[in-house]
Amino acid sequence: MKEKPFGYRKSHSEPGPGDGGRTGSWRVRRPVIDLEKCIPAKRNKPACFTCWVFCPDNVISRTIPPVIDYQYCKGCEICAEECPAHAITMVDETIFIKE
Amino acid sequence: MHIIESGNVAAAHGVKLARAQVIAAYPITPQTPLTEKLSEFVEAGEMKAQYIPVESEHSALSVCIAASSTGARAFTATSANGLLYMVEQLHWAAGARLPIVMCVVNRGIGAPWTVWNDHQDAMSQRDAGWIQIYCADHQQIIDTVIQAYYLAETVSIPVMVCYDGYILSHTYMPFELTDPEKIDAFLPPYKPAYALDPAHPANLNTVTLPDIRPDIRGHMAPGYMEIRHDLHVDLRRAIGVTADIDEKFSAAFGRGGNPFLEPYRCDDADVIAVCLGSLSYQLRDVVDALRNEGIAVGVAGVRLYRPFPDQAVVDLLAGRKAVIVFEKALSYGNQGALYGDIKAALYPCTDRPAAHNYILGLGGREIQTSQLLEALRTSCKTPDAIGDDPVWLGLKM
Amino acid sequence: MNQNVIQIRWHGRGGQGAITAAKIIANTAFVSGYTGVVMAPTFGTERRGAPVLTSLKISRGKIYDLSPITEPDIVVVLDHLLVEEANVVSGLKPGGLMIINTPRTPADYPFPGITVATADVTTIAAQVGLPPGIVNTGIIGAFARAAGLLDIEDLARAIEVEFTGKKPKRNAKSAKVTYDQTIIGGQ
Repeated sequence: MKEKPFGYRKSHSEPGPGDGGRTGSWRVRRPVIDLEKCIPAKRNKPACFTCWVFCPDNVISRTIPPVIDYQYCKGCEICAEECPAHAITMVDETIFIKE
Repeated sequence: MHIIESGNVAAAHGVKLARAQVIAAYPITPQTPLTEKLSEFVEAGEMKAQYIPVESEHSALSVCIAASSTGARAFTATSANGLLYMVEQLHWAAGARLPIVMCVVNRGIGAPWTVWNDHQDAMSQRDAGWIQIYCADHQQIIDTVIQAYYLAETVSIPVMVCYDGYILSHTYMPFELTDPEKIDAFLPPYKPAYALDPAHPANLNTVTLPDIRPDIRGHMAPGYMEIRHDLHVDLRRAIGVTADIDEKFSAAFGRGGNPFLEPYRCDDADVIAVCLGSLSYQLRDVVDALRNEGIAVGVAGVRLYRPFPDQAVVDLLAGRKAVIVFEKALSYGNQGALYGDIKAALYPCTDRPAAHNYILGLGGREIQTSQLLEALRTSCKTPDAIGDDPVWLGLKM
Repeated sequence: MNQNVIQIRWHGRGGQGAITAAKIIANTAFVSGYTGVVMAPTFGTERRGAPVLTSLKISRGKIYDLSPITEPDIVVVLDHLLVEEANVVSGLKPGGLMIINTPRTPADYPFPGITVATADVTTIAAQVGLPPGIVNTGIIGAFARAAGLLDIEDLARAIEVEFTGKKPKRNAKSAKVTYDQTIIGGQ
């Protein structure tokens, strides 16, 4: 029986989507971006992206406009809190659940 | 009066009933609710104590050392890496002979990082010179904290009251809250033989030379080795004191009676399973099932672990066919820690049993009753088939 | 091996109050003669909205086995979305009982060999004037009706005690109304 090399297994973790499961199901409210207020969307230029900077889970893309990945967004509300244009509102999740 | 609460709350009530005077603690999962509850008691005026928030576990125990040195009844609590953060002070408190009581809510140690239960934290410090007692349920937690102060203050040795993280700390079950007046009648206030006194300044535990030397009055003062020998001698004497206090407690409150080992169906058992903490209670169902299969097996939970009650272990285990040691810790590179202690105690016996060692539950790995049943049945049916190396129960890859 | 231990597993989300519901039932069970009561939350990191389990064991005698429930007799689901998400029926004994907070009826949950009881606790709670999402008291009413182990009046009283200062009467009413409106399906 071939022996394993010394210390061949580690408990390291690499960042990647889905490691915590479909965390989007944890949401009670979801952030919705009003593209008429969103600075990069309005100007059609790379600008601001404060929501992308602050999102702790990297579910907002640094694109024009920023896009939220609702599969993983946990609804922490930090983006809504930090948006300097107040372009993000938190909307009750139940509105989006289709029976 | 019974309440249904968590093990952490049971411990907090024990500290409150014991009238601890100084509490210094740093939060760590799964101990945090214990110290939070104590801070609530103090804030509400239900406890006349100083609650001192500190910035680390090292400081927590340092504050307790200072408070205890002035003659105050001190308490702290921690788990795992928090215990390790205070380790140098842990050894200090024992060497300084201070009757501090600490709850260790057992949790595995990193690396890898874990917050779940096993016994490696307290086990890794079994040589520090603290008294270690393990609890199997909430009633034992609250009762042991109270008795721990009595014990600590009688023998001048700090006491670690251990109970399983999550499995006991965060699980709710009924226990009795004894009337505070009755506890006051049982546990006298702390009267230290020596306490720091500004009127008579002294250096405590100053550099102590290898050899003995005369003090300022010309009397021979002990060297380091004498002080440490005293600790060991008093730890051994503490075994008897533990039994005395348990007897007093039983007489007063009708609970206890098993200061060293808590046996279940051991009288006529050929094989006895031994372990620490709540696992011994989980094994009771297993014992019942095996008894129904006609196997004469019992289980004993070890309560007093340090000092090690070797005579009680010999009295229970000598002459049996086998002792099966289940444990949630080990001495890495050797064998199970409790296993080694039990074998050492049985070494002088000519009729010592076969011994098996199972390692399980590390980092909170779930321990299913069915797994215990299969393992214990195998050990009972083929006592010679299992060698000396620990068998790891519950590995998945 | 199990000395008549009734094992109840609760499926909820962090912050929904499954532990409080289980605690109220535990307290009531204890004073109703079940001297063995053990209640345990999911062990580990906690987070509002994340699926959590609470386990509750009740017995006439002391319970020594604290290990997680693998074969529940009763499963209580506080959020019907969890029925799809978490494997709520895992280990549920044949002949067991599942209680769900849902606007649907038992006919919509065809689990063979299992009795399903439903109640629209979310709606009832709103009707009796509780803030949105407070379903942990109403579900106690569904439990009382479907499981038939404890008296609803005892439970309502226990709710009022637990919720002192937090709309105790409305929470107790949520339980009682849910008790009346719980639908128990055939097997």
